[in-house]
Amino acid sequence: MTDALKPLLSSPYVKTMGVRFDDHGDELTAILPYTGDLVGNPLIPALHGGAIGAFMEITASAALLAGTPLAALPKPIDVSVDYLRPARPQDVYARGIITRQGARVANVRVEAWQDRRGAPVAALHGHFLIKPEGEG
Amino acid sequence: MAGMADDLQSLLDSLAPLLVDGSPHAVAMGFRLESVTPGQAVMRAPYRDDLIGDPETRVLHGGVVTALLDHACGLAAFAGLGGKDATATLDLRLDYMRPAEPGRDVVAEARCIRASGLFAFVNAIAHDGDPSDPVATAAAAFMVSRVSQEAAKRARKAFSEGTSPISQVPNA
Repeated sequence: MTDALKPLLSSPYVKTMGVRFDDHGDELTAILPYTGDLVGNPLIPALHGGAIGAFMEITASAALLAGTPLAALPKPIDVSVDYLRPARPQDVYARGIITRQGARVANVRVEAWQDRRGAPVAALHGHFLIKPEGEG
Repeated sequence: MAGMADDLQSLLDSLAPLLVDGSPHAVAMGFRLESVTPGQAVMRAPYRDDLIGDPETRVLHGGVVTALLDHACGLAAFAGLGGKDATATLDLRLDYMRPAEPGRDVVAEARCIRASGLFAFVNAIAHDGDPSDPVATAAAAFMVSRVSQEAAKRARKAFSEGTSPISQVPNA
């Protein structure tokens, strides 16, 4: 699994964001470790919604890479993000579920949480262009 | 009416230094405010090697465009609602039309379509030089929440006292 995530972990943006992955059997959790650079509004204080959205896009890519050998990183086609709670200045976790995977396009859902998985701070669903290995 | 718009513009002008530079994540990503007018906001993300998504194509990561559009939409909503209350994003929908050209800045232009009471609806595009050939489009809904209202109150207080709200970030 770690090998499957290598292309993602070598992405400069993923490194800049500091995203890590925790892999337990078939459960892959993405971790966005807190740094001051993630704060969007210092007065609430809350993490930047865009950073949370981006983190969930990375989580979706990870779920796809972990599920099928891909020749390239998945590319987002469209995504929709619901902001459910202000994200506090602390670590964020996320998991992705592949709702449907076709030959070229996959539909993925992601939920992000902090203290309790049952109280998500944000959710994403979107379509991603994929290129399975050994095809076209 | 013209007087009201002028008042709003001078309010936005006075807050402009805070609207992007007051957000640590926007600063970390190198985002810059180009303009904010009643109901409209333009921001720029300069191309940076450490924001590349795929080293093979050198295209900026989609997340950079997401964060830029999110911030620009939030500013347009803020400016659309009269520049008084900070807003919380309800949802953000993005269509990625094409990859941004490697080496080029990405510019987000957000327009508040409607703002009334507690809600604002915003459309935006992101382009890398030609607004008629966008790299992404966005639609977002915002609301004035209690949390964001209290934050706006603190922002006004900090601003009027001449202190920087950025200093209040934990571990920044």
